[in-house]
Amino acid sequence: MSRKDRMSGNEAVAYAIRQVNPDVMPAFPITPSTEIPQMVSTYIANGEMDTEFIPVESEHSSMSATVGAEAAGARSMTATSSCGLAFMWEELLVAASNRLPLVLTLVNRTLSGPININCDHSDGMGARDTGWIQIYAENNQEAYDNFIQAFPIAEDVRVHLPVMVCQDGFITSHAVENILIEEDADVKEFVGEYHPEEFLLNPGKPVAVGPYAVSAYSMEAKYNQEQAMIRSKEVIKEIAEKFRKKFGRGFDFFEEYRTEDADYIMLIMGSAAGTAKQAVDDLRDKGMKVGVLKLRVFRPFPADEIAEALMKCKAVAIMDRCESYNGCGGPLASEVPAALFRKKVLTEAVSYVYGLAGRDFTVETACGIFSELEDIVMNNRQYEQHRYVGLRTRQ
Amino acid sequence: MAGYNLKEVMSKPERLAPGHRMCAGCGATIGIRAVLRALHEGDHAVIGNATGCLEVSSFMYPYTAWEDSYIHNAFENAGATLSGVETAYHALKKRGRLPQDANFKFITFGGDGGTYDIGFQSLSGAMERGHDMVYVCYDNGAYMNTGIQRSSATPQFADTTTTPVGKKSNGKIQTRKDLSAIIAEHHVPYVAQTTFTKDFKDIHIKSEKAIYTEGAAFLNMLAPCPRGWRYETSEVMKICQLAIDTCYWPMFEVDHGNWRLTYEPKKKLPIEDFLREQGRFAHLFKPGNEELIGQFQEEVDRRWEDLLYRCNK
Repeated sequence: MSRKDRMSGNEAVAYAIRQVNPDVMPAFPITPSTEIPQMVSTYIANGEMDTEFIPVESEHSSMSATVGAEAAGARSMTATSSCGLAFMWEELLVAASNRLPLVLTLVNRTLSGPININCDHSDGMGARDTGWIQIYAENNQEAYDNFIQAFPIAEDVRVHLPVMVCQDGFITSHAVENILIEEDADVKEFVGEYHPEEFLLNPGKPVAVGPYAVSAYSMEAKYNQEQAMIRSKEVIKEIAEKFRKKFGRGFDFFEEYRTEDADYIMLIMGSAAGTAKQAVDDLRDKGMKVGVLKLRVFRPFPADEIAEALMKCKAVAIMDRCESYNGCGGPLASEVPAALFRKKVLTEAVSYVYGLAGRDFTVETACGIFSELEDIVMNNRQYEQHRYVGLRTRQ
Repeated sequence: MAGYNLKEVMSKPERLAPGHRMCAGCGATIGIRAVLRALHEGDHAVIGNATGCLEVSSFMYPYTAWEDSYIHNAFENAGATLSGVETAYHALKKRGRLPQDANFKFITFGGDGGTYDIGFQSLSGAMERGHDMVYVCYDNGAYMNTGIQRSSATPQFADTTTTPVGKKSNGKIQTRKDLSAIIAEHHVPYVAQTTFTKDFKDIHIKSEKAIYTEGAAFLNMLAPCPRGWRYETSEVMKICQLAIDTCYWPMFEVDHGNWRLTYEPKKKLPIEDFLREQGRFAHLFKPGNEELIGQFQEEVDRRWEDLLYRCNK
């Protein structure tokens, strides 16, 4: 039976970690994810879970120790934010290339500089090509639900890849919401037990992990990794379906909110999707056909599915809470139009950068973006494709 | 250890198989095999390894020279990686997912680059947390794998590719970092400095102590490199003996805080005897550079006296 409770996003994830009770969790403090290892440590101190917690001396070591523990045969995870993830970068690639199904709960925070502790997606996006599956949450409920699905996706033999479950720093990590919490036994049953095929601590069956591979072998390793990423799509869908059947909620790759007849769609990730949905409701009341495509799974990138979902709209606003510094938009602004082009979906696609380093994203801003889309289409207006919203001053 | 028997120890099965690609005359593999011989038969091990010569030469896909489970992660994190493995062992034992009689030991190897320098933080963290593991540094005094660049373990005046000897350079300016003492100051149960000599006794006894002492242990093992030091490959044993007889590389242990000298040369040889064998110090023997050798000797003497004091000698 589900039960209602008030929890912050960090509390919800820590609660889910207690329920999953992984074997090993190394972690290092960094705002705004620090509460997660704190709460886990408290659960352990009170005998409510018995995960082996390693208080490492850096994020680099937390990912290194997680890799070691997972390779050894233990279900392992860590938590971090921002510069912590950046510091792990080399290790993220090692984890994925060793095909280790470990989990990282990321509380999204901007990267330095300037140093700033608030939310944007530059940390997760910086790791977008490291071979990890990345799942983003809109709210505390999804942060909880996505975490529970992470190990079953990662550990599936078709996948064997690490999973990053992301939520927005402070906006969901520290804000308290009413959410549905599942019974410990139900969560444990859903996640299942972990029995890896090969691991370091298998007596009599030694294994060597992390080879030097010459050019005659390296490319195949990378190709196989990509094939696993492609296969993970069916697994993510299966696990989402299993979760829906058991707990009655959730989405596959994305949520389509009032998009069925929408002329204008906002494609967005994370907590700002909630703001966008409010704007959609307000504008729908005024008769404007608008909708939101909230991307849940960024890696693997559901390119065909996105193109399919945007096929009928007149214009899409592609919302990046991250800058790529490439002169033409953030990561979504590069990947979504590529997906549309391949499917010959030639809808107007406008790139917006919003909410960097915790800048507010408001319903008014979202409404303004929909109006801009309408203006572009209705008045056949030439437009700047790479736009910023929410700046203090506009050039 | 009264029971030490060279013949018996040497007839134990090798845990680092022949066929790896390390150089002839390399000190690292000689020392590492000696360390592995200290594992008791029947005990399993997980070997960790920082990126370096040893790693790229012993585990080249699809071949491994390691008879035990082995993990290479990256250059700078061998300490943290093995601390994860060791913690996993306790987690799996606690949860009944390993046979109760499965006995695993955890040994990680890193060169001086991966240990003194880039992996220093990771090592310090693993030692401070007290994981039941041994970190073995095979100290060849430079980044040999990338082509002999200086490290903080490189001795003063050594000719390396980033401290080249030239018209205005006598090689490395700085003296060596004393890593064994630094790790001893972590107050871990066991720290030792060793190398291999003809009876392999010192390295065997210290390795066994390090492996079978509960908690974190650190072995610093001098491992000459024929490419970087420029000696005849057949001279490796002689070089090690000269390193200890000149007190360039003192043999000692810090067992639960007790500093103990484990080898005191009957006659302390002048440092020239050690330097002369190596091409990387050839410039010191040119006329006019006598003073540099004097400086080197002074540093060796100062550190030796300091060690004697610590060992209550």
